[in-house]
Amino acid sequence: MTEPAISARGLRKSYGDKTVLDGVDLAVPAGTVFSLLGPNGAGKTTVVKILSTLLGADAGTVRVGGHDLATDPQAIRAAIGVTGQFSAVDGLITGEENMQLMADLHHLPRRKGREVTAELLERFDLVEAAKKPASTYSGGMKRRLDIAMTLVGGPRIIFLDEPTTGLDPRSRHGMWEIIRELVSGGVTVFLTTQYLEEADQLAHRIAVLHGGRIAAEGTAEKLKRLVPGGHIRLRFAHPQAYEAAASALRAAGLPRTRLPARGSSPDEEALTLRIPSDGTQRELRALLDWLDAEGIEADEFTVHTPDLDDVFFALTAEGAVPHQPEEADR
Amino acid sequence: MSAMSLALRDSATMLRRNLLHARRYPSLTLNLLLTPVMLLLLFSYVFGDTMSAGIGGADRSEYLAYLVPGLLLMTIGSTTIGTAVSVATDMAEGIIARFRTMAIHRGSVLVGHVLGSVLQAIAGVVLVGAVAVAIGFRSTEATALEWVAALGLLTLFALALTWIAVGMGMVSPNAEAASNTAMPLIFLPLISSAFVPVDAMPGWFQPIAEYQPFTPAIETLRGLLLGSEIGHDGWFAIAWSLALTVLGYLWSTASFHRDPR
Repeated sequence: MTEPAISARGLRKSYGDKTVLDGVDLAVPAGTVFSLLGPNGAGKTTVVKILSTLLGADAGTVRVGGHDLATDPQAIRAAIGVTGQFSAVDGLITGEENMQLMADLHHLPRRKGREVTAELLERFDLVEAAKKPASTYSGGMKRRLDIAMTLVGGPRIIFLDEPTTGLDPRSRHGMWEIIRELVSGGVTVFLTTQYLEEADQLAHRIAVLHGGRIAAEGTAEKLKRLVPGGHIRLRFAHPQAYEAAASALRAAGLPRTRLPARGSSPDEEALTLRIPSDGTQRELRALLDWLDAEGIEADEFTVHTPDLDDVFFALTAEGAVPHQPEEADR
Repeated sequence: MSAMSLALRDSATMLRRNLLHARRYPSLTLNLLLTPVMLLLLFSYVFGDTMSAGIGGADRSEYLAYLVPGLLLMTIGSTTIGTAVSVATDMAEGIIARFRTMAIHRGSVLVGHVLGSVLQAIAGVVLVGAVAVAIGFRSTEATALEWVAALGLLTLFALALTWIAVGMGMVSPNAEAASNTAMPLIFLPLISSAFVPVDAMPGWFQPIAEYQPFTPAIETLRGLLLGSEIGHDGWFAIAWSLALTVLGYLWSTASFHRDPR
């Protein structure tokens, strides 16, 4: 088996009394997208900073691109490209000058540097803005320039720390396209995000960072199966209708095996029934058919899909009281 | 590429970046030059006659000759405040984090700042010097060698203050803090021999005024441009400059190599 592009074992880091990373292990095969998922303050940025040689770890071993972090950080720097959470462009000079600066620092010959600069500005739709100071760019443009600068040296391993945070939906999808293009070119991408959907869209493997450790790791499918948060909510305006539906549900015990009663928890106050479901078309149809057959008509019918809150709840609160997740209705 | 040529190449790139900043946004440096220019005009035209009598001179022009070397060195102190401010601003920028993750010569970021600032300081000295000449300052007695030595002294002194200012910028969280931390660089010339001779000051204060970094440099420059006696001040000026350069270099690079805030 070939060596992973990025690997870390037993990574620890604390600031004073506060332990941020408490033994993080991860491995990213070359040419794949790996997404580190976690809420604000989970330590995602700290992981990226350590892996990209910006910050020293208190303990643990790291290898990136076949080089050991402890003995040869400069070789790692030559292999990677980093786009941090906060814009890493020089706002005082123009976009083109920023690109030229990167070309110079990568020691590209002058002509080659100009070629690469022109090509990347074109590719990231920055030609028009090339002669303007980067400080005048919009958030989306700054991110594009940021990534373009990261690509000047043709890195084979790229770290992207929350590349879409703060971007509007259009820019976000543009960024996803960029990341997909990179991967199709064989680049290894280490991506952090707070959005499950983003990891789902892009990553081959996802790791959830919680309490300074990797709480779970696997494909998006595997992670979602850990989450019981997906359910259908039926809300009733009248207590009678609610009672009728609840008793029908109980009587059915399990309508057509697709609706396990186990998780159905009648909520007396809100007159709401929850039926666990993965939200697939087939399941929904089965449920709707059953409701029709039973003559149950809910005043509100919503599909709740698992979100990051649910993942965290599932991974961190074994057997605790069911929480009330934020709505993510479709 | 060898380590040395890598260092040179990256430092040159960083210097270009800093000069580009200075060219795009010259207002910071130009504002800082206002202080020495205003003081030059104030002390020669407004206080000139009185000050001249104080140093036993006949008229304003003799005090102008006394004043200019001190103000040229004060110009260096003044422009290096800009260095501290721009280093502090720069360190807060994401681009510095990017530089740290690139396979470049680590010191080049600071070297670029230092070289750019020394060039700006010398440009400032030339501008203030031109104003001095315009209002009647002359240094016609000095030989070519003395001129070269004067320029060398100014450059060495600028290098020393710049490294100190870079250190001040490194430890300051923002531009405001940096400009406060760097205040001594413009305050020290006021208590040197720039405006009045040290022996005209109160006795208890004289040792402070005499041995602080500015006075020996001012006395040396005076000697080179106007032919007054230099004595041990030349050695003191060089010793101070080298000591401050080494100190500022160690301080700055240590702060740069620490984990970022």
